[in-house]
Amino acid sequence: MDFDLTKEEEAFRDDLRGFLDEHLPPPEERAPDFLPKWWKAVREKRLIGFAWPKQVTGGGGSLMEQFILKEELLARKAPMLGRDVTGLSWVGPALIQFGTDEQKQKYIPEILDGKTMWCTGYSEPDVGSDLASLQCRAERDGDEYVVNGSKIWISLAHFATGIYNLVRTDPNPPTKYDGISCLLIPMDTPGIEVVPIKNMSMTGMAEIFNQVFFKDVRVPVERRLGDEGEGWAIICSALQNERSSITEVMRHSQRLESLYELARHSRVNGRPALEDAGVRRKLASIETQIEALRLGGMRALSRQLRGLDHQSQASLGKLHNCNLLVECADFALELEGSANQYMAGSEAAVDDGRWQVDGLAWPVTVVGGGTPNIQKNIIAERILGLPKD
Amino acid sequence: MNFGLSDEQELLRAEVRKFLGDRCPIDTVRLLAETEHAHSPELWKQLAELGWLGMIVPEQYGGSDLGWVELAVLLIETGRSLLPAPLVASTLVVATLVDAASDEERERWLPGLVDGSTIGSVAILEESESWTPTAIGLRGEPDRDGFVLTGCKRFVSDPMTADLFLVPFRTGDGEREITVAVVESESDGLSRKSFPSMDRTRRMGDVLFEGVRVPASQVLGPVGEGWPVVARLIDRGAVATAAEICGAAEALHRLSLEYAMDRKQFGRPIGAFQGIKHPLAEMYLEVESSKSLLYYAAWVLTHRPDEVPRAASCAKAYASEKFVRIGVDAIQIHGAVGYTDDCPVHLYFKRAKWARPSYGDSNYHFDRIVGLRGL
Ligand SMILES: Cc1cc2nc3c(=O)[nH]c(=O)nc-3n(C[C@H](O)[C@H](O)[C@H](O)COP(=O)(O)OP(=O)(O)OC[C@H]3O[C@@H](n4cnc5c(N)ncnc54)[C@H](O)[C@@H]3O)c2cc1C
Repeated sequence: MDFDLTKEEEAFRDDLRGFLDEHLPPPEERAPDFLPKWWKAVREKRLIGFAWPKQVTGGGGSLMEQFILKEELLARKAPMLGRDVTGLSWVGPALIQFGTDEQKQKYIPEILDGKTMWCTGYSEPDVGSDLASLQCRAERDGDEYVVNGSKIWISLAHFATGIYNLVRTDPNPPTKYDGISCLLIPMDTPGIEVVPIKNMSMTGMAEIFNQVFFKDVRVPVERRLGDEGEGWAIICSALQNERSSITEVMRHSQRLESLYELARHSRVNGRPALEDAGVRRKLASIETQIEALRLGGMRALSRQLRGLDHQSQASLGKLHNCNLLVECADFALELEGSANQYMAGSEAAVDDGRWQVDGLAWPVTVVGGGTPNIQKNIIAERILGLPKD
Repeated sequence: MNFGLSDEQELLRAEVRKFLGDRCPIDTVRLLAETEHAHSPELWKQLAELGWLGMIVPEQYGGSDLGWVELAVLLIETGRSLLPAPLVASTLVVATLVDAASDEERERWLPGLVDGSTIGSVAILEESESWTPTAIGLRGEPDRDGFVLTGCKRFVSDPMTADLFLVPFRTGDGEREITVAVVESESDGLSRKSFPSMDRTRRMGDVLFEGVRVPASQVLGPVGEGWPVVARLIDRGAVATAAEICGAAEALHRLSLEYAMDRKQFGRPIGAFQGIKHPLAEMYLEVESSKSLLYYAAWVLTHRPDEVPRAASCAKAYASEKFVRIGVDAIQIHGAVGYTDDCPVHLYFKRAKWARPSYGDSNYHFDRIVGLRGL
């Protein structure tokens, strides 16, 4: 057991800190034109796609370096490393693992340069948790696939340049996991229609997801990622990203600091909330759970570094994260007392209503990331070996 | 970074698990629990021979000079098997002597504690049940080169098997004017009493001091400056208790899991029902989280002393709260069988209740976590 960094890792961190001192001012000092400059600087430093191979102009960073990078960025409240969240999170890694050389050359630099915005087409109106039962159909016609069907809850589809879409290429497969393929479809292909769906958040994020309709959409075969029928393997693949939950941990830590602030200026029974034993214990309990999430993530990373199974550990982290998100969001509103009834944007809302935004945002992760029930099924069946239900 | 056990540590774990599996299976635990002191001198001797009573003791006093991670490995296993023995308390005495005693004091007591001929225990709590310096009211009146103690310590673990007690007492009216000494149980004026406890594998009771003389040669460190020694002891106690909890909680989870696979209702193993499967997944998350917090706390005890208070509090607060909850789920998963004396689940459930207040319940540790922020 050892939690210290090696000399090389320390050197990497120090170099990184030097770079960040130069290019990343604290949030309150960031000028309006900061973002494009930041993206240019991190791209040149190869911090975007930091884990990706150097051949595709990635950074070639190790898992441990990724962990250090994330820690440093989050500690300084850095903005995203690039615009294309989906491209950077899984389209790129999937391309690296399953793409042809031509595909890698064509798509990866665009993602890294921020020229694309991918969205993810998994869910369908009748297909949620049971994703493998998906129906969106792609029929082969010469050198093209003809896609018909619809995808729903698709985040960012209304801005996206392309959709990373799961389709059924074999309508009568031996099992539901077979006959699924993955197509990379430009959003401006004729026959695609995007209809926004309003969500409950009541903020600028209120129209973040959409239904996407495909009507006789023609997609060249060379836009298929992996082999025909390999789609399920692609989405299940252990994409080589560092999985220490560090991002969630840092967000929770920052949230906890804000909760302390809130407790300082809220009142319980006429006294500052921070003097209330129940409030103090709740804050400490949250702190303890964040610490457990942090350490659990480091344990998973440690397994990953040694080439041991860490995928199932990821489900533990997700479940833990969901529990914490719901608890924190609720506790903040409870602390606000009656003022929690005012909506964000209302001048009477506390802290510009950020807690109302938080209080309505947890479903993005808790539902959108695969629900806690499903995480519990995965833990129970894959780790604990209980029978399927 | 490596958040895993080394090969040597894994080996140690396997060795301890095998030993306890052979020598202290659950039937033996039940038998020992009904003996007068819930203690087997023979088993204790074997623990000593295997080097497990002196794990963190320097070699010159007969120990193996290992760290707290190794100690945690041992205590997770003793917790898993519910070993009835004064191990945690005696180990805490050992740990305190190692870093707070003079050379002479170490020479005098450590070899016996390590070879098993001496058993130690800790007598901190008094009537108020509080782990704070102000709660220590036992008076030490100066007397020649030492002190005369008058008062009562309560909730002392294994009072009847202990040959010596670590005792903090008050030597001034200032909040922290506390002095710590080793008091032998055969001292004149000392009497002790053990009461039946709900966790039958544990013994606990009072130690009464009626004019007990303690010479200066038994005082640890400077007079009136003993509180930091006690504070460190409480942190270590919290970590040691959390380690035993982790092992016991893991065993309880395992028992419930096996039962859920075996027991069939409605034509299926009950583990196929989500009402059983999901609590088992939550329990697993809680057990693993307890272990993460515990291992880190054990590691910082040896490597990063500054981080000990927070890490120890996180580990104990989380583990003791979750262990009790896991106990409730475990009984429910077992149905009526879980309520029977034959089924071992209640032994763990009672251990969970026993371990909750030991070295601070979650409220104590939560208060401290906030206090550490200077709030
Ligand atoms: C904000 C947001 C953004 C999203 N973005 C995208 C996106 O970009 N692309 C995309 O493809 N999808 C996206 N989704 C969809 C998301 O992946 C699904 O919502 C999720 O997989 C759950 O599916 P569902 O909503 O159909 O719920 P269902 O699967 O119908 O589940 C409803 C309830 O039943 C429970 N349930 C279902 N099956 C079981 C079972 N076997 N055992 C126990 N309980 C069960 C679930 O836990 C849940 O509580 C997004 C969702 C949200 C909320």
